[in-house]
Amino acid sequence: MSIFTPEVIAIIIGVVKAIVILLGVVIVSALMIWWERRLLGFWQDRWGPNRVWFLGIGQVVADMVKIFMKEDWIPRFVDKPVFIVAPAVSMTTMLMAFAVIPVAPGWRVININVGALYFLAMVSLSVYAVMLGGWSSNSKYALLGGVRAAAQMMSYEVFMGLAMMGVVVEAGSFSFDKIVAAQHGLWYVVPQFLGFLLFLTAGVAATHRAPFDIPEAEQELTAGYHTEYSGMKFGMFFVAEYVAITLVSALIATLFFGGWQGPWLPPAAWFVIKTGFFMCFFILLRAALPRPRYDHFMEGGWKVMLPLALANVLVTGAVVLAVG
Amino acid sequence: MRVWLILEGVWSNVVTLWLIFAHLWRHKDTISYPETMPYLPPRYRGRIILTRDPDGDERCVACNLCAVVCPVSCISLQKAERPEDGRWYPEWFRINFSRCIFCGFCEEACPTNAIQLTPDFEMSEYDRQNMVYEKEHLLISGTGKYHDYNFYRVAGKSIAGKPKGAGENEAAPISVKTLMP
Repeated sequence: MSIFTPEVIAIIIGVVKAIVILLGVVIVSALMIWWERRLLGFWQDRWGPNRVWFLGIGQVVADMVKIFMKEDWIPRFVDKPVFIVAPAVSMTTMLMAFAVIPVAPGWRVININVGALYFLAMVSLSVYAVMLGGWSSNSKYALLGGVRAAAQMMSYEVFMGLAMMGVVVEAGSFSFDKIVAAQHGLWYVVPQFLGFLLFLTAGVAATHRAPFDIPEAEQELTAGYHTEYSGMKFGMFFVAEYVAITLVSALIATLFFGGWQGPWLPPAAWFVIKTGFFMCFFILLRAALPRPRYDHFMEGGWKVMLPLALANVLVTGAVVLAVG
Repeated sequence: MRVWLILEGVWSNVVTLWLIFAHLWRHKDTISYPETMPYLPPRYRGRIILTRDPDGDERCVACNLCAVVCPVSCISLQKAERPEDGRWYPEWFRINFSRCIFCGFCEEACPTNAIQLTPDFEMSEYDRQNMVYEKEHLLISGTGKYHDYNFYRVAGKSIAGKPKGAGENEAAPISVKTLMP
């Protein structure tokens, strides 16, 4: 009687898959720090970091060595336990949200039938990291950044969920597996184009990336909620931001662009290509668009995006009911 | 009306995205420095040199104007007099390039065109002390930017072999006691 019963083997395979996906996400996110600087360089008529190793890819390693060597300074005036936990929360929630995304058929960490809700819950939790980080820093810029982040996430998550509902209604399921499978003939970006645009906007806001980097807003708040952070704690916030970009890009690919579905190439390759495209698009957004004023941003969320999202759900629901 | 404004704003953002994306295949402004050297104009203010006059003598007359005008006080020198003809020259001349800001004031102040700035900036050192240049590192054998200028030929200062009134474009000295109205 071996201990390797079929159940144990299944668990081991599951754990290995989870570790592969986790490492993949973290490595891609780290590489994105370099890739973003390269692309921003190209779009600003520069070369970007191209010196260290092949195409400058070694810049990631150099930056990581630098940030690990830095003093892990905790200012005396901060609320220490919360200050330490906040970056970890930021990273963990984003990585956990990735667990439900199907990378390829059968390749995901957990299969739950309410994957979309789980994702929304995790993104909602991630606001605690930013808010607590800003609050525990005990400095006015960090607090303002935290408050802004909380307000931004609150208002944009409302229609992020609603924009997702259009897809959920069409697929008839909250499970990402079924949503991907339902897009076999036609990607949801065609019937749900408005939903795609809304989700994209909300996704940029949820990652608090430029042009919606209002919680950070260098010109107004020095660095926003991570003003008092340095060393690897800042690094955690930084990498969490890139994990969030990877996550939202993967989610856009899954919800609206057929996930791993595609001809000729293996499914995982299609997933990576689609996700990579949207990651580049995120960088393009940062390169091109200026940050809106805070009140304009909130106004746009509540007065334009939310009614549009509601109308989208209403029309989609009506059409699905009518067609049957 | 509001709807139209919103649509216009969205369209404007889309155009912006495309314009920025189109920069991908534009010419890059970056010069990859060690592989391709940047063009430096002749009057670029780089490494400082001391030049010689067309006769091969040092132009510097140790007047100290460069040391006085230097805003960061990186120049120091000691005057000496050549016994055979009475020409002044710096006994030692020292520029601390770790302080120098390459403002070029010394070149402007110099009455004899001795101190000049050149289009050369590759002066990095691992040891800070190596940034201090002595006279033997500064003095070149040529005339630099001004090929014909020779201070002792055009100036009224008399040295051995060139009495008063013997300079170029210089009239013979007139005694005021004989100059009657």
